[in-house]
Amino acid sequence: MQEQLVLVGNGMAGVRTLEELLKIAPDKYAITVFGAECYGNYNRILLSPVLAGEKNVDDIMLNDEQWYVDNKITLHKGKTITHIDRRKRIVVADDGTTAHYDRLLLATGSDPFILPIPGSHLPGVISFRDLHDVEIMLETSRNYKHAVVIGGGLLGLEAANGLRKQGMSVTVVHIHGHLMERQLDYAAASLLKKAMEQDGIRFFLEKNTAAILGQERVTGIQFKDDQRIDADLVVMAAGIRPNIRLAKSVGLQCDKGVLVNDTMQTFDPRIYAVGECVQHRGSTYGLVAPLFEQAKVCANHLAAYGIARYEGSVTSTKLKVTGIEVFSAGNFHSTDKDDEIVFTDGARGIYKKIVLRNNKIQGAVLYGDTMDGAWYFQLMREKADVAHMRDNILFGQAHLGDAGHGDEKQHVNALPANAEICGCNGVCKGTIVDAIINKKLFTLDEVRAHTKASSSCGSCTGLVESLLAATVGGDYSANPKKKPLCHCTDYAHDEVRTLIDKRGLKSMDTAMRSMDWKTPDGCHVCRPALNFYLLARWPAEYQDDAQSRLVNERMHANIQKDGTYSVVPRIWGGVTNPAELRAIADVAEKYQIPSVKITGGQRIDLLGVTKEQLPAVWADLTEAGFVSGHAYGKSLRTVKTCVGSEWCRYGTQDSTGMGVKLEKLTWGSWTPHKFKMAVSGCPRNCAEATIKDFGVVAVDSGWELHVGGNGGVKVRATDFLCKVNSEAEVMEYAAAFMQLYREDARYLERTAPWIERVGLAYVKQHIVENEIRRKQLYESFKDSQRAAQHDPWARLSAGNHAEGFKTLTMSNQEEVA
Amino acid sequence: MSALAGNTELVWQRVGAAHTIPRQGARVVKIGEVNVAIFKNVSDEIFALEDRCPHKGGPLSQGIVHGRRVTCPLHNWVIELHDGNAVAPDIGCVKTFSTKVVNGDLYIALSK
Repeated sequence: MQEQLVLVGNGMAGVRTLEELLKIAPDKYAITVFGAECYGNYNRILLSPVLAGEKNVDDIMLNDEQWYVDNKITLHKGKTITHIDRRKRIVVADDGTTAHYDRLLLATGSDPFILPIPGSHLPGVISFRDLHDVEIMLETSRNYKHAVVIGGGLLGLEAANGLRKQGMSVTVVHIHGHLMERQLDYAAASLLKKAMEQDGIRFFLEKNTAAILGQERVTGIQFKDDQRIDADLVVMAAGIRPNIRLAKSVGLQCDKGVLVNDTMQTFDPRIYAVGECVQHRGSTYGLVAPLFEQAKVCANHLAAYGIARYEGSVTSTKLKVTGIEVFSAGNFHSTDKDDEIVFTDGARGIYKKIVLRNNKIQGAVLYGDTMDGAWYFQLMREKADVAHMRDNILFGQAHLGDAGHGDEKQHVNALPANAEICGCNGVCKGTIVDAIINKKLFTLDEVRAHTKASSSCGSCTGLVESLLAATVGGDYSANPKKKPLCHCTDYAHDEVRTLIDKRGLKSMDTAMRSMDWKTPDGCHVCRPALNFYLLARWPAEYQDDAQSRLVNERMHANIQKDGTYSVVPRIWGGVTNPAELRAIADVAEKYQIPSVKITGGQRIDLLGVTKEQLPAVWADLTEAGFVSGHAYGKSLRTVKTCVGSEWCRYGTQDSTGMGVKLEKLTWGSWTPHKFKMAVSGCPRNCAEATIKDFGVVAVDSGWELHVGGNGGVKVRATDFLCKVNSEAEVMEYAAAFMQLYREDARYLERTAPWIERVGLAYVKQHIVENEIRRKQLYESFKDSQRAAQHDPWARLSAGNHAEGFKTLTMSNQEEVA
Repeated sequence: MSALAGNTELVWQRVGAAHTIPRQGARVVKIGEVNVAIFKNVSDEIFALEDRCPHKGGPLSQGIVHGRRVTCPLHNWVIELHDGNAVAPDIGCVKTFSTKVVNGDLYIALSK
């Protein structure tokens, strides 16, 4: 017998919970839904475009009635639940309809706050919460002229804009000194006011409404200072309150909202609540992203999985107010402990402000250009030290260098549908927009899953977020929460790594069990990450798990598009000799290797080797004295060098010799992502050391050390770490830096984003300023190298390992019945 | 051998000893012109699929095996081992073959 689940409130949060529930436990419940409105579930965020005449009702439907039929859900439209008998577990609607429940979900949303002033009940005074309100407004706009909107928040301004578009003369009355005071500071609000005034909207700020005038219907309003203005329509948009009437009337504990715990359960264990009606850890939420997070957690518990927890949301707001993009996050009102960095260009309608304390972002307000909102928000949440980018942080992430998307960001909304947004996967703007609309996508992750846009190198993430914000409407907000490592766990990377250390977890299996993994053996995302964290923490004890390695690391070669592999032997510091070249040439001929190419890392790539050939190719290369070049690994790749003082007339030091020594020290080491080095013999920097993870530039008096460079997806020049005098110091600093990176960065995080996240100051503290710590890191590095510096090619080409690379052969025509 | 054509009468063909398939891994067997990947998951269940991802033809046998799924090594499509379907939102399907183990020997069902 199926259990019975009743949902009260047919809105976005409640229905989203049902969708999440149907995904994981489709047959657990017989579901009944009560909705006070006469529609299916629609996107409330898009009421403004309906009012403005840009969309119609069908455009904003999320779940039509067929959806309820398809999912065997009983829908009672236009029926308001007026009573809950908690003892008999029955809900009662205003028309007498009843339904029994085993579990009850309250999603009653919020009510507009109606000012308790004379005349607030008059015909022509309405709120702006649902489709019915929109219909009244549209109707009124056809027959009347003067509209007054009380409330200069987001909702009020949207209403004002819509009514203006319908041809009414519109006045906005606001009690505060500037508009949208919860999302904007004074300067941004002033720009917004000016822009709306140019559209013909009139504003009365710092005005208290005393009464609404009229006999049969509204004719005007009167302020506390006795000034009066005409009004044929008054829209109350002075805020919303969680709708707790029903919950309160049946004795459920409420404060501002219905109180819930981290599992979205109310004080009655059979009753859950989600959405705008709830109060969780003292906070209420009105944006989509947190509500959907709640929905996911609630569904998990309704399905009796019992593992998810809602821990509250830190939100940023990215809004489109009357066509103008605004963004805000955190605490953007500075105190005397804070610094403000401000950019204003009134003529272009752009304003940006970042509030910093001790070089960490406390909050941000953006007006007109919000492309970098997500980036600032991330820096804020991660408490990143931004000292090194204060000079140009307001110019945005693009200014720090990227793959040429910089200009497009401004124009993404103006791009044609066939403009390519994601260069890696060839996804056009039209495809993304269609997917967002047709598949009802709300988050970046959903867009990635459905379109593949922004799922490879990630350099178009800002563009995709911008499309999402523009398409979804009003209050798309960036993913507000810590990101779990993958779907198999709720723990984030840093938590996993801490637990591995604290609990002394030394195998994949114990790690997954100890951390309550939701899947029996993880997935392709978490297994390689766990394998790395375990290996990095217990280099001597942990047994490397080949089956948790990505293909290249398992095969010790780089897989190519046709399933063959490429083989790159190590050429120390890029220095070779005729005997080595002859040996490589012999291998290439003997195995008829189709392609031989010089790599960017000063080595030779043998392309098109089949899987079966690998052990034999390796055996011959090993015989000639080569070891693996790890061109396939999240590990040390190459140390690129210039010829240095041995030959070059400008060379100040032996850069090739230094490169060879660095490579001998560090080869074979596993790191969170690939790690490249270079050594240049003079500041002309022919080895391009300043775009490497660790770069060394020789000067006459010693060696300059540079860190965190990148020449790939997003070009980033290194940060200068320090200057040292001796070769021994270069070795020590290089190893210590690699070890710090290995212990601190997240799996698949290159040094460049890692340093941007933790700050150069942090790295300097550990490597430059604290000699004991540096030496300790150096020793840890050398310890782990004792376990790591064994050539995998020599091992796999010997003994019977080659057997595993062969294709199985079918025995002859053996059959059984 | 017209082993892969149609769903005519099936015969069980011996491939080798079941223990030669590594747990959470795969081996490849060539049947006519077609490579078939034989997987063993963490619970020692065995599956046989054409070794060709429906996306861009990647060798599934080289992917990471997790639960009853494998992730293609080229572009991370996830394929259900038991029926060959790509996991949503990706759309595609790989041909699958029935398998069985008798006395430690692994057999695969081919059409005659």
